[in-house]
Amino acid sequence: MLWNTILLSLREIKRNVMRSFLTILGIVIGVGAVITMVTIGGGATQQVKQQIASMGSNLLMVSPGKRLGPGQSSGNVPFKQADAEAIAKYISSVRAVAPVSSQSIKAIFGNQNWSTQVTGSDNQYFTVTNRSIGAGRSFSESELRAGAAVCIVGETVRKKLFGGQETLGEKIRLQKLSCEIIGILDGKGQNTMGMDQDDIVVIPLSTYQRRVAGNQDVALIQVSIQQGASTEKAQRDIGQLMRERRHLSPSDDDNFNVMDMKEIAKMLTGTTQLLTTLLSAVAAVSLLVGGIGIMNIMLVSVTERTREIGVRLAIGALEREVLMQFLVEAVVLSSFGGLIGIVLALAGSLWLAGFLRVPFIFNAGIVIVAFLFSAAVGVIFGYFPALKAARLDPIEALRYE
Amino acid sequence: MKPRVTQETNSESGRHLIQFRGVTKVYGEGQAAMEALRGIDLQIDEGEFLAIMGPSGSGKSTCMNILGCLDTPTAGTYTFRGIEVGLLTRRQRALLRRHYQGFVFQGYNLLNRTSALENVELPLIYRRASAHERRQRSLQALETVGLKGWESHTPGELSGGQQQRVAIARAIVTEPAVLLADEPTGNLDTTRSREIMDLLSKLNRDQGITVIMITHEPDMAAYAKRIVHFLDGLVASDEQNGRAQ
Repeated sequence: MLWNTILLSLREIKRNVMRSFLTILGIVIGVGAVITMVTIGGGATQQVKQQIASMGSNLLMVSPGKRLGPGQSSGNVPFKQADAEAIAKYISSVRAVAPVSSQSIKAIFGNQNWSTQVTGSDNQYFTVTNRSIGAGRSFSESELRAGAAVCIVGETVRKKLFGGQETLGEKIRLQKLSCEIIGILDGKGQNTMGMDQDDIVVIPLSTYQRRVAGNQDVALIQVSIQQGASTEKAQRDIGQLMRERRHLSPSDDDNFNVMDMKEIAKMLTGTTQLLTTLLSAVAAVSLLVGGIGIMNIMLVSVTERTREIGVRLAIGALEREVLMQFLVEAVVLSSFGGLIGIVLALAGSLWLAGFLRVPFIFNAGIVIVAFLFSAAVGVIFGYFPALKAARLDPIEALRYE
Repeated sequence: MKPRVTQETNSESGRHLIQFRGVTKVYGEGQAAMEALRGIDLQIDEGEFLAIMGPSGSGKSTCMNILGCLDTPTAGTYTFRGIEVGLLTRRQRALLRRHYQGFVFQGYNLLNRTSALENVELPLIYRRASAHERRQRSLQALETVGLKGWESHTPGELSGGQQQRVAIARAIVTEPAVLLADEPTGNLDTTRSREIMDLLSKLNRDQGITVIMITHEPDMAAYAKRIVHFLDGLVASDEQNGRAQ
């Protein structure tokens, strides 16, 4: 009987293809949006995790201030190069330490210019960030000490300023500093926040401090821990060392921060997941609106088909059967909407994943949940119109004009 | 459904297909009360062809609704095949209609944009007949009403007379004990009306289907073997029609 009823409702939907499609548009959009949001969000989270894993889980970031992020207050005592040297000297599990300072500067070559991130550091920087120099060479000891006007550029900067031309040995201008390109970094692509990691110019830290920043500060110390060594212990040791170097009394809080990549990963994926949840919730509201749309059309349909309902009741349909018919019709409609939404969402997510360069991860769970939810919308919003149809008085219904 | 048999099973009710005993129907209450039927006594036997006539407001439609178990008497008893309909629930009355009664309406009341065959299949769906049986019986019924070859046409593609034939096919496809027709020729011209009446006569004569029909056209009533006149909620006359074909 249920199969019969489904067939009947399919017939009914076929009779009104256009209206049926408009009815389910809300559900299509709702289901599509929810699945797309969750799929893209899942892909983004996955990407963050992968990139952090590729950076190595044995990376520590030492930064001044109490907390990394927007809450960072000014007036924090900055690090000096000596702090980085002290970490390298006193912490035994350290593999490499790179003091880093950077700012955005317009790089100029000939009549080309490109705004890029200029980073002052030393050769350790390449070890810590897992980067290699594709062409040319790294900084020499004397260049680093003397603050020579030399630089190593990323792929993006090379492309923007030189196109296909020879790059090594050319000089680019960074503000008042004119520096010679001695090396080109291998490409690495986007990082966790969607920033292009190849959009970079690395110059010796001493050069940066003297000729760009005009001070002796180090904004961040990146520390790479030896494989197999305890990150937690290194974190504690560095914390202790920094407290001593900054002369903090035991009652003072840390005025610097030692962060493990795992914490950063957690923070970043947390943000992505929160965003995904919020967007999905917004999308879910449209499912609800879609449900109201179904109720509306079903009510219109019941009114329009009053005589038909009268005939059905007269030829011996039970109330329950009429109820079932309209309910099944609503559920079939909304499930159809769900199915179309799923197909659109998968196609849309594939496209969007390519567009946003996040991996496409098929999430069977959300697809099933969204489908069941769309069917449930049909039951909930189809029940009232169906009940109205079933309760009709056949005599009145047959007389209805 | 267990047939409920009245005390008089042995005497009269058992013999008649339909028995009205002092059936009254009152709409509304108090001052606004309107008596549509004021005590109808009527027996109809299997195989009869009965026409109910009468002016508007004479109670013939109310009588039809009660006959079709769509409504119940305010007082008096209506027994159908020995079952007292007034004591049945709405659900039981629906089952009674499903198994024993066929309906033909003045306005045909076919499902739009649905083929003739699918329209005729409708009551069989509620009887849970198999798809094969539904198809066979519906084709048979359409052939009986003379619409062989029109199965896939929708009501919009059929003339009024043809639509009424589809409606008749839908009513007889379940092989009901009684066919209730409410002004079946009301929307048709004389020629089509005569064709429909010939069809009803044929069904009554050849297949033994009891036909009860409301009409206000004496020409159409003349096809019936028995004519009952209603007036002001009472049976004014009830006579056999000698001239019926």
